[in-house]
Amino acid sequence: MNEHVHTSAEDEHDNAYAGLLVNDAHWAFGTDFEDPLAGVDTTIPDGIDAPTLATYALMLGDDSLVMSHRISEWTSNAPDLEDDIALSNIALDLLGQARLLLARAAKADESVVPVLPEGSPAPPEDALAYFREAHEFRNVRLAEVVNGDFAEATVRVLLFSVWRLAVWERLRTSRDHVLSAVAVKGVKELTYHRDYAARWFVTLAQGTEESRSRLVAALDALWPLWPELFDTHPVEAAAAASGVGVDPATVRDAAEAVLDQVLAAADVPRPDVARRSGVLGRTGRDGMHGEALSRMLADMQSVARAHPRGQW
Amino acid sequence: MSTVEAEWPLYEVFVRGKRGLNHVHVGSLHAADDRMALLHARDVYTRRNEGVSIWVVRADAITASSPDEKDPMFAPSGDKVYRHPTFYDIPDNVPHM
Repeated sequence: MNEHVHTSAEDEHDNAYAGLLVNDAHWAFGTDFEDPLAGVDTTIPDGIDAPTLATYALMLGDDSLVMSHRISEWTSNAPDLEDDIALSNIALDLLGQARLLLARAAKADESVVPVLPEGSPAPPEDALAYFREAHEFRNVRLAEVVNGDFAEATVRVLLFSVWRLAVWERLRTSRDHVLSAVAVKGVKELTYHRDYAARWFVTLAQGTEESRSRLVAALDALWPLWPELFDTHPVEAAAAASGVGVDPATVRDAAEAVLDQVLAAADVPRPDVARRSGVLGRTGRDGMHGEALSRMLADMQSVARAHPRGQW
Repeated sequence: MSTVEAEWPLYEVFVRGKRGLNHVHVGSLHAADDRMALLHARDVYTRRNEGVSIWVVRADAITASSPDEKDPMFAPSGDKVYRHPTFYDIPDNVPHM
């Protein structure tokens, strides 16, 4: 037996977990940290070209990555220890999705991956995360806006996960084996994120005057970015036409119905605020972002860029 | 609107592992209500794949024995060895004893 495996008998009376774990094999270790797509069929399905598939995977992956980073900024700053851990968990789930999706993009079309200095050990998904400019990111703008208070985090996670869950429930039947596998795993994660955010939404709305006014203000502030989530980018249309992706416009009714349930439970009316327009019609999916993303990336990418040959 | 309290109530958390037969007390946490306590317990105590079932209960709902009454509660059973099934002769051919 591996000497690093602890058996419960040694410390049965010192450790509350002794009764739960027979040995270390029960812990969530054992995932492959070398190749995130190991064992998955990465053949490009018929009916879609490699650049379109890669760009579609980048869109989904950048949503995860940028949202993950914003939520991770809550670590050590949440109102309570318990919510600190909850938000960190959500950020980690999203980061795991991002890794798989960016790796999928790189595998589909190597030309999307930035070229790094000779000798850099960074895998392709890291090159995509840390060495692209803001205009190369394809995330929706809801993910990138600067964090506000806890009510803002609640609304952001709610809107994001309601929309995303509706899309990913359909993505599970993608003809691309990687995307379908990511969606199957992600739906379970997103269901939890949505539950967490929806409960806080109702709690804050039904709490004190202060919590309710902050919640309504956060909803008004983020609402202009909600319609953008259901725009159909040509890449998404092509991915949907080939059975690889999902046209977000087709899940709008389902997502709105879920959101209406939460709003009704919280007794909060739908905001009467106009959508934020793009720049010359271009939005997040086109690489058109606000200053917020540039600043966020400067923070997120600085260490990797300063040490492109660094070993982590 | 409900009344405002300075702190969330304390909850005790019990988790049942994959092969465990019963729920084991693993710790405590603060939460806004019962359901949030369950969600927090999931995040705090089962994020490394420890459990398949969680119980939470408000700490103030637990009636506990006090250290002051330790002697009247537990000392009387200390000298009653005849309550242990140790006075049987077990034949050598009975396994697992």
